[in-house]
Amino acid sequence: MQVASMHFKERAHVNLNDERLQSNLRNMQAKFVGNRRASLVELDDFEATREAGKAIRNRALENLDVWLEIFERNATARGATVLFAETPADINALVLEIAARHRVAKIIKSKSMVSEESALDHAIEAAGLTVVETDLGEYILQINNYEPPSHIIGPALHKSKEEVADLFHRTHGTPVKSGIEELCLEARGVLRQHYLTADMGISGGNFFVAETGSVVLVTNEGNASLTTTLPRVHVAISGIEKIVPTLEDVATLMRLLPRSATGQSISNYVDILTGPKGEGEFHGAEHMYFIVVDCGRTDVLASDVREALRCIRCGACMNHCPVYQNVGGHSYGWVYPGPIGSILTPMYVGLAKAQDLPAASTLCNQCGVVCPVKIPLPDLQRKLREHAFEGGLRPWYERLGLAAWSWLARRPALYAMASRIAVRLLKSMGGRAGMIHRMPLAGGWTAGRDMPAPAGRTFRELYQQREGARR
Amino acid sequence: MEFRTPMRVGLFVTCLVDLMRPSVGFAAIRLLEGGGATVFVPPSQTCCGQPAYNSGDRKDAKALAAKVVAEFEDCDFLVTPSGSCGGMIRTHYADLFADDPAMAKRAETLGAKTRELTDFLVNDLKLESVPGRFDGRVTYHDSCAGLREMGVKTQPRALLAKIPGLSLTEMAECETCCGFGGTFSVKFGEISTRLADNKCAHIAASGADAVVLGDLGCMLNIEGRLRRLGNGKTQVLHVAEVLAGERPA
Repeated sequence: MQVASMHFKERAHVNLNDERLQSNLRNMQAKFVGNRRASLVELDDFEATREAGKAIRNRALENLDVWLEIFERNATARGATVLFAETPADINALVLEIAARHRVAKIIKSKSMVSEESALDHAIEAAGLTVVETDLGEYILQINNYEPPSHIIGPALHKSKEEVADLFHRTHGTPVKSGIEELCLEARGVLRQHYLTADMGISGGNFFVAETGSVVLVTNEGNASLTTTLPRVHVAISGIEKIVPTLEDVATLMRLLPRSATGQSISNYVDILTGPKGEGEFHGAEHMYFIVVDCGRTDVLASDVREALRCIRCGACMNHCPVYQNVGGHSYGWVYPGPIGSILTPMYVGLAKAQDLPAASTLCNQCGVVCPVKIPLPDLQRKLREHAFEGGLRPWYERLGLAAWSWLARRPALYAMASRIAVRLLKSMGGRAGMIHRMPLAGGWTAGRDMPAPAGRTFRELYQQREGARR
Repeated sequence: MEFRTPMRVGLFVTCLVDLMRPSVGFAAIRLLEGGGATVFVPPSQTCCGQPAYNSGDRKDAKALAAKVVAEFEDCDFLVTPSGSCGGMIRTHYADLFADDPAMAKRAETLGAKTRELTDFLVNDLKLESVPGRFDGRVTYHDSCAGLREMGVKTQPRALLAKIPGLSLTEMAECETCCGFGGTFSVKFGEISTRLADNKCAHIAASGADAVVLGDLGCMLNIEGRLRRLGNGKTQVLHVAEVLAGERPA
């Protein structure tokens, strides 16, 4: 997917002023936050479950190479083929190779964010094949000229039902519908025929289970079950970090994932797929492939932000992020928005292209406290700020400002003198109302806010005076 | 732990209180002394280093952290009228010295005795009463670092409840960030202002006469936005000012 993260500020500006988007974002936030909170009361000890989830993910990441080998061995033993993709181009090339081998003309897809990293749909179409997204959100985006996703679990959540109704009316040539159920039925009607005529189904993978060589899919629409079992060929694409050692581990993580994501105790569907259709079996694809994707993940593993790889893609960090809630997912300019995206995007596409993302956070840590696997997201954002600072990516005036402040703050006598002058100056700027309306070098503040003017004497001045009088 | 009697409390005033709102510092002294503590204000103190730390400038942050450690390690407690600076000292200083075990140890020791003011008044000094008076309705804004790094939630509310004539009305989303975020407020001014807008709307909807809070950053941000929006009526007060009955000059 094309990277637009360097335009974060401009995109945020547009989105902050898009009334319809703002209203859609407000609705979405209320639902996600409220549902999650309500569902957590079902767990006896949410904190202990988070700790267990974190431990499971750490155990996998600490010996990722070993677990990947075990996964490959077990998946192969069950008749699947395990392929590794190092780059986004490799993902697309592998998919097209598999398609050619099995004489595939039409491909259906259930949701895969990893395939967004490589813009797989475009590659498939460029090769002259047909591809149809079957996740309702992804389908909406596809028929809207491949609009980018704005959320990792609800890619089209930035759209209202009226916008979707209009889009369906224009695309399908059907009368405009008004109810969500009617719209879903219309999409189902369109999509059903594709399940029956597709040669290959591509899915993502919430977890790769090492001990069984399985892929686990967590969905609500049932489209993944059809996508992975009706066509002749099934290809599951996901990142190397999605490995978990055992099915028992999946059970623990499933206590966390749907609750953190949508506030459901369990998603409507959980598919565990192991190998192609065996002899005498009724369901399943004849050929099963895994494409296990690196695309920058080993670099993250070797870095000081490796904890980001624990992510199980629930979306809770963005649902609870005050910045995401207001600027929306498209502002972030790539596949993964919100707090987790502010770590993954710079790591996968390069910090120089996305350094605004880790900076565009108040470090309020609402994301950190809701993360089901306890990723310290603000700490990781700060790490990337350090990389940007040390890599010389920050503008000279910011570096100069910080250096000057720190230099002064280490020299108490000079600092005292400078601050005495500063507070007098600021007081005079505040006028009668005691509010500063414009301030040099702080236009970002005063464009939307006044700066309350100080009292005109520093605390230390007044304190010295008082202590002198006391003696 | 054995303490000298009376206990010696180092007050970390914070650079923003020193510059922008000295009354908060005096209010803190009044409350601490009222609780029987001897307050020591190291005269050389300036900044905790958080602006540098959060901007990725680890070297400067470290230099300022070392200065704070040296200034306060002799005290029984470091108390500060800010969840944000308190959080910096308690939860981040040790990380800054990860490559210097001796300094890390000193930073950890200081961190363990670092307290946000209201937390200290309630849980260490076990304050029975406060001198402040307030007639009217207030609402409390939980600052992010105070709440999520320092565990400050019930303490300021318990203390405010001791003031006759004051009634507390909770606003919606009182735990949501006001949008300050240090240098974020200037670098991403438009987003920061929108977050402040949401906060101001919740404050107004609560019908409170004053919004009370525990951090200068949030205070400047919220007051600045309220005034720009033409609201000259809702007071923005630091919890120490309300509790001590100290008002800004």
